[in-house]
Amino acid sequence: MKEYLWLIVALPFVGSLVLAVAGGKISRLASAITGVGTVTLSAVLSIFIGLDFLNNNGTPFNQTLWQWIDVAGLSPNIAFHLDSVSMTFIFVITFVGALIHLYSAEFMWRDEGFVRFFAFMNLFIGFMLILVLADNFLFMYLGWEGVGLCSFLLIGFWYKDPLNGHAARKAFIVTRVGDTAMAIGLFILFMTYHTLNIQDILANAPNTWAVGSGIAMTTAFLLLGGALGKSAQLPLQTWLPDAMAAPSPVSALIHAATMVTAGVYLIARTHVLFELAPVVQTVIAVIGAVTLLVAGLSALNQHDIKKVLAYSTISQIGYMFLALGVGAWSASVFHFMIHAFFKALLFLGAGAVIWAMRDEHNMFKMGGLWKKMPIVFWTFLIGASSLAALPLITAGFYSKDKILWLAYASDKGSGWLWLAGLTGAFITALYTFRMVFLTFFGKENAEPTKHPGMMMTIPLVVLAVLSLVGGFIELPENMGHVNLFSDFIEKTLPITSIANMGHTTEFIFQLMSAVVAIGGVLLAYQLYFNKTFPAAVPKRSPLQQFFFEGWGFDWMYNTLIVIPIVFLSTIDKKDFLDYFYQGLASLAKQLNSILSASQNGKVRWYAMILVLGAIITLTLILYP
Amino acid sequence: MNIPMEQGILLAAILFCLGLTGLLVRRNVIFMLMSVEVMLNAAGLAFIVGGAAQGNADGQVMFIFILAMTAAEVSVGLALIIRMFKEFKSLDIDKASTMRG
Repeated sequence: MKEYLWLIVALPFVGSLVLAVAGGKISRLASAITGVGTVTLSAVLSIFIGLDFLNNNGTPFNQTLWQWIDVAGLSPNIAFHLDSVSMTFIFVITFVGALIHLYSAEFMWRDEGFVRFFAFMNLFIGFMLILVLADNFLFMYLGWEGVGLCSFLLIGFWYKDPLNGHAARKAFIVTRVGDTAMAIGLFILFMTYHTLNIQDILANAPNTWAVGSGIAMTTAFLLLGGALGKSAQLPLQTWLPDAMAAPSPVSALIHAATMVTAGVYLIARTHVLFELAPVVQTVIAVIGAVTLLVAGLSALNQHDIKKVLAYSTISQIGYMFLALGVGAWSASVFHFMIHAFFKALLFLGAGAVIWAMRDEHNMFKMGGLWKKMPIVFWTFLIGASSLAALPLITAGFYSKDKILWLAYASDKGSGWLWLAGLTGAFITALYTFRMVFLTFFGKENAEPTKHPGMMMTIPLVVLAVLSLVGGFIELPENMGHVNLFSDFIEKTLPITSIANMGHTTEFIFQLMSAVVAIGGVLLAYQLYFNKTFPAAVPKRSPLQQFFFEGWGFDWMYNTLIVIPIVFLSTIDKKDFLDYFYQGLASLAKQLNSILSASQNGKVRWYAMILVLGAIITLTLILYP
Repeated sequence: MNIPMEQGILLAAILFCLGLTGLLVRRNVIFMLMSVEVMLNAAGLAFIVGGAAQGNADGQVMFIFILAMTAAEVSVGLALIIRMFKEFKSLDIDKASTMRG
């Protein structure tokens, strides 16, 4: 079965190619079948390969298709490396991806760009699979940039609105800052190891670089830069809230479940390099902790339902970075998977609400929807409970609790990191249920105009089930002690070393995170349940306005970077080199206007010129 | 009867110049087409005269070619004129000058 690994990657590309080439000629239904079908086949195939992989006890598997480049010692292959980490990622990408594709078929049905949408979505799945399966950094970088391209194309999907185009360019340029750092990091790796094969580099790194040496730290910092840009972490997080200009399924797939977690994947994949640079690892933990608080407070002050989810995504990836920073590798990947389930569910639910409410994004203009859209409400509630980490029943509780516990108990952890995570958990519960209460309860401000059909409800229900039961594959030691997931991941990634042991402590910590989550929900109930609000943008105090605008990061980058660069380029537009080239251009224009004057459209004039030419030629021949 | 070659060529030249003048001065596109016919026949005449002077039939063969070509040219030309009349409601060639640079 494993030999078909390449097919998982190839199928979405084939779908995208068919839609791009023949999309205009085949019917809408056939396009939908191509788009959804290829990804679904990939998902089915990845489940079979996953079973095969489990039967083989998780032995890593390499598949080399052909040699890509061979020049001056650089000889990367088109090759895939399957181990437990990439297995988890391809499962989430194809499975969640297939559900989101199914949902999109109904969601986008009336859109004129239907075929283009599926061509881009399939292309995205293909590149994302390359990113996580590549066995060398160059191939991975291809996927890395490919998903960036698809993200750009899909954020600007409704390109007729200039604001969407602006958001797309912003996302592309901001992530490019991180990508440049990452590329330089890869150059250093190639210079040192003369190969870009990930496994070779990871095997050699501890023998070549000393722990904490300058070069190891530089490389780790540069790779971290790439991860920060892609995963929208401080200070490169500003593009993600704007990326909500994309259609909701895109937000669910790219900006919640898969692409934005590529940074987590990169760091987990190159964990050896980060273990050689303990300072950088601490920086990761701190960035994660700060990001989750910053984004959480911003989410609390939004009125656009998708912006709440966008900031919430930044905040949840902050948890994953926190886990990576304290060396809780498997906890991070576990939270990635659970987050992919419930955040995709929330985005799809929000998309269904927006779809039914005539593109209304403002939560204050919704309300009372729980009776009108019961399936959406119940699934959304399950997703929200999982995001808020309501204890015992939801998967989010188990994944987040593991991170919180390890943030304290790991040998790299500390009380401060744990406290930040706990505060973040409280804010998360608060803004999540603020969103639920505003959208689904209270006064009915508007009627839904349409109701989601089977293709939209099935993905919601499946993801809701996964958001509940997904947590039971990994239970804490004092509650059943199931370690299926971490055992699986720890075949590839190192085991977290625990400094502070003790079941009583762990139990107290679990109790505290449970109390905090329930407390957040109760506070949201107190503040927002069945309250009436003026159906408009709410009044904000200056501090709330500051949080609402994402802590002024946009303003800061505009003032510090964008405005000076635009200013410099306006000055630079008129230097003497430009005069030379402008002169060339205007000369060509002059000549053109002279010649085009002879094209006056008069046939007799042309005949005259012909005769004159003939006379001159004959004269020259006869009287040389 | 034997016509000297010089006289035949002179006649052809005069006909050619008449045709050319007509082409250049007339604005009515049908007259222009007729002028072109005159020019073509002048050229044909020159071939025949040349052939006769050399005592072989090459010139006449060439004339048959020109005749066939002219037939084709006239049919295309007339079709174009009909199109032009439908487009511009006029046969004035100067009105059909919309393809100016």
